[in-house]
Amino acid sequence: MDLLEQIALALQRGDSNGIGELLQQALNKGLAPKEILDSGLIAGMNVIGDRYKKHEIFLPEVLLAAKAMHVGMDVLKPLFLKDEVPARGRVVIGTVQGDIHDIGKNLVAIMLSGAGFEVIDLGKDVPPNRFIETAVEKNANVIGMSALLTTTMPVMKTVVEGLKEKGLDRRIKTVIGGAPVSNEFAEHIGADAYGYDSVQAVDCIKELVSGS
Amino acid sequence: MREVIEIRKEEIIPDQADAMALQGICRGSKVPSNILKLFDHAVEIFAERARPVGIAAEIDRNDFGFVYAGEGRNDDRTPVAEIFQKADHLALFAVTVGQALHDKINELFVGKDFALGSMLDSVASVGVEKSADVLEIEFHNTLLRRGCASKNLTVMRYSPGYCGWHVSGQRKLFDYLRPQEVGITLRPSYLMEPLKSASGVFIAGAPEIHSFADTYECCSQCETHSCRDRISRIEHSSDASGPGRQTVPMDKYRKE
Repeated sequence: MDLLEQIALALQRGDSNGIGELLQQALNKGLAPKEILDSGLIAGMNVIGDRYKKHEIFLPEVLLAAKAMHVGMDVLKPLFLKDEVPARGRVVIGTVQGDIHDIGKNLVAIMLSGAGFEVIDLGKDVPPNRFIETAVEKNANVIGMSALLTTTMPVMKTVVEGLKEKGLDRRIKTVIGGAPVSNEFAEHIGADAYGYDSVQAVDCIKELVSGS
Repeated sequence: MREVIEIRKEEIIPDQADAMALQGICRGSKVPSNILKLFDHAVEIFAERARPVGIAAEIDRNDFGFVYAGEGRNDDRTPVAEIFQKADHLALFAVTVGQALHDKINELFVGKDFALGSMLDSVASVGVEKSADVLEIEFHNTLLRRGCASKNLTVMRYSPGYCGWHVSGQRKLFDYLRPQEVGITLRPSYLMEPLKSASGVFIAGAPEIHSFADTYECCSQCETHSCRDRISRIEHSSDASGPGRQTVPMDKYRKE
């Protein structure tokens, strides 16, 4: 088994202690950081995502793998020149104003990073303008919004409408999620997609970015 | 009765199956050993950091009608509006397991211990519901001690944000109950802090008052329909002799 396969398998096992040593071995052998990232870490994370979707593994196992992914990225990131860290796209994410539930949003951010996206996490209680201003400033492809309270869901609509008013809705896509949110609500407010869970949210964003 | 109730941690140690359900692991599933280790670790942290405390205050039907009306945003027809009119006794309640747990969950996420952070979040959510169970039992026992509980008296709890009771109802509930005394505050968006808290009303009465068909407008938006299980338990319980009580809350499996 080659080193890249070993890295992918270590990631799938959630072996965050062992993955650093394997990455170092790969670097010592002269493998390029980008190759290690794509064929080791991201390849392993893709397997995890597929197995979760097939109900072969549970959420905690996905999160253990995600930790290994982040540990691995900490090793590789300094080896990329600034602005050359390869990313599939850039996503601004946050829990909407009035709401401080952030577990779901955090899970989506973790999975997005694991899938190779650059994530700008605005945290919780984020005002609508901040989503838009940050997305413009950082040249993001997607805004992801989370809400757990029905009373805070209208903030999502404000962001979607704000993008339309500024003529940005073709360039910056919107994905929403959270317990009270549904596909119907996403359609109703004109959001581009609804993510049922963290894995599905990543799939939605992959589609939006590849289609934009 | 308006009482601050200190809750012993031993009473609220979360059940493994309940925490796993919140992690998306169905009862009866074979749980891998690494996930069991995470659960054990999360329970250790919970036992160390939880500061469970609650407050409950009896309220008469008229006053509860005022509290329940909230800011006038409830559904036109709701199960609670019909059930409370038939209640023998009512009490508002609020309960929390404290801010330290929430802080620890955040700390774990920042430290990239995502799986443990997520598991602790689930364990804490179950702990909140178990804390509410303790208050519910205490309310029931108070009624029994006073001798004002009828045979088969059943206590159930209902919360703003569920079953057509709009979450804005929290405002009047807080005005009446004043749970700030035990450290629970309300944000302008009606969210409680600490986040791991619960509030609502205990409704005590004959078992049959709690039965209803799930045909209300709010039922069509409900994902769990957990009331069916609750009502079935009540009906089963009322077949038996002696006082009955139910502890399965409507919001037990709330997503977060």
